[in-house]
Amino acid sequence: MNLESNPLSTRIAALELENPTILASGIMGYSAESLHRVAKGGAGAVVTKSIGIEPRVGYANPTVVQAESGLINAMGLPNPGIDLYAEEIKYSKIVLRVPLIVSVFGYSAEEYAAVAKKAVDAGADAVELNVSCPHVKQTGSEIGQHPKLLAEAVEEVKAAISKPTIVKLSPNVTDITAIARTAVEAGADALTAVNTLKAMAIDSETMRPVLSNIKGGLSGPAIKPVALRCVYDVREALPDVPIIGCGGITGWSDAVEFFLAGACAVQVGSAVALEDTEVFQAITKGVKVYLRKKHYGSVKEIVNLAHRS
Amino acid sequence: MGVLKKLSTSLIAANTIRTTEIVQIRTESSTVKTFIIPDRLCSKAKPGQFLMVWIPGVDEIPMSIMDAANGLVSVSVKQVGDATRHLHSMKAGETVGIRGPFGNSFTESRGRVLLVSGGTGTAPLLFLAKQLAAKTERLSFVEGAKTKDELLFIRELNSVCNEKNLITTTEDGTYGLQCLVTEPLSSLLDKEKFDMIYTCGPEVMVKKIFELTEQRKLPIEASLERLMRCGIGLCGSCVIGKYRVCRDGPVFTAAQLREVKDELGVSKMGFDGSRIPF
Repeated sequence: MNLESNPLSTRIAALELENPTILASGIMGYSAESLHRVAKGGAGAVVTKSIGIEPRVGYANPTVVQAESGLINAMGLPNPGIDLYAEEIKYSKIVLRVPLIVSVFGYSAEEYAAVAKKAVDAGADAVELNVSCPHVKQTGSEIGQHPKLLAEAVEEVKAAISKPTIVKLSPNVTDITAIARTAVEAGADALTAVNTLKAMAIDSETMRPVLSNIKGGLSGPAIKPVALRCVYDVREALPDVPIIGCGGITGWSDAVEFFLAGACAVQVGSAVALEDTEVFQAITKGVKVYLRKKHYGSVKEIVNLAHRS
Repeated sequence: MGVLKKLSTSLIAANTIRTTEIVQIRTESSTVKTFIIPDRLCSKAKPGQFLMVWIPGVDEIPMSIMDAANGLVSVSVKQVGDATRHLHSMKAGETVGIRGPFGNSFTESRGRVLLVSGGTGTAPLLFLAKQLAAKTERLSFVEGAKTKDELLFIRELNSVCNEKNLITTTEDGTYGLQCLVTEPLSSLLDKEKFDMIYTCGPEVMVKKIFELTEQRKLPIEASLERLMRCGIGLCGSCVIGKYRVCRDGPVFTAAQLREVKDELGVSKMGFDGSRIPF
């Protein structure tokens, strides 16, 4: 398809997407078969589970708990380690017709770089650095909240690979624009805003936290207004970096709001539970109808429009 | 959109954890106990569906539903690890958390049906057998286990499907025929005509049964088991091929089993996402 004439196409650094919906990291992203199924459900790109250098079994259950308007999860970054996962990346590249973004986590800048390099060598079209997982110590948010650590990780990864490096930002910071700026100055090609909000659930009957890890990350409709504000703020601070909106996107109108706030694509995660893998094509279809109704020729034309006033 | 909204609302309700006191515990064998728990949503579950049991402070595990009626739901739990050991040590009146019911269910076939179970796989098929008994022309049941003590629900099955339609096997010959459950099946399938075969049990057994039904081009529905975390189709822990056991299953048709035959009874995903051979 000619992406120039496709009103739904979008570009994230060097990545060309046929539509602006992306599978968020952590959702169904272990196997090539799962990723393929999500792509067939209409995703314009897919992000894998977060992969580290060594295998991790993650936390004991409960790892997911239903909140009023979202889900709280603390999976604990379960993953088979990059060496084993490289085979899955290779196979994914054979079956997928959409860009494959490998989510990467590490305990040091060197680990981020080593995993990113192996992922790209296996065929990843881009990497997304999970520097914002809110419930695993010494990684994720610890790095995502410390400008110096974050800059080191991004620089090491950039030096190791030639594919786009996306940094997934944590909303659990005082000023998201400061961290975003650090990431971009260190070489990030794009940003994903945002990861889950630190949260917990307590059961009154047993008087205990429900998650085995006690704390986790809140996703789903509950965090949409916060995520939208984060995208808006980052766009104000950094007018040029591509932003992928993420947080509570369930339908086409959510996606449109993120485009208007400054995102050029959106990631969808929790909504897969509610509306299954077809949620991607449902969002894309709705966006298309919206564009026609509003007399816009493409998604690109509405990005940032909420900043006009 | 209206339908989706309704679906979302019911899924959110099912997925919200309910803490409740166990009302009764029945010992079925030296390793299996049945827990009877009051829960309005799960008491409306259909055969084949499962729920998540939270053992506070220990773990949360998926269990297939053995019975559901009158505001109560029953699960039969084999002691196999840490979580189930804790559950087995609990007494009536103690509190567990419940989410569910989740997953699809067996279709209700009429005519002549055959149910084949192994081990605790008998639990969901007993639930199914009770629902089908009055609706089918004939209901036959083949149950297998390692030894007599593990042959579950013999009394219940005898009353549901008439003694002559129940075949039991044990590997050590302590009860019924001394063989694998698949052995009497071949001749049964050759001798009689069935409109549907239902199965649940160890996956290697399910695979063999599927091969037997495929050779004869018979319809089958098999309930599968995988490691589970979220129970709602998000985390991808319980996948077989492109299917999620928690959301697309746990009951799969012959056409679906054909699509995953390279994995069926061969490997499953471990907690770290790697593939572990059976």
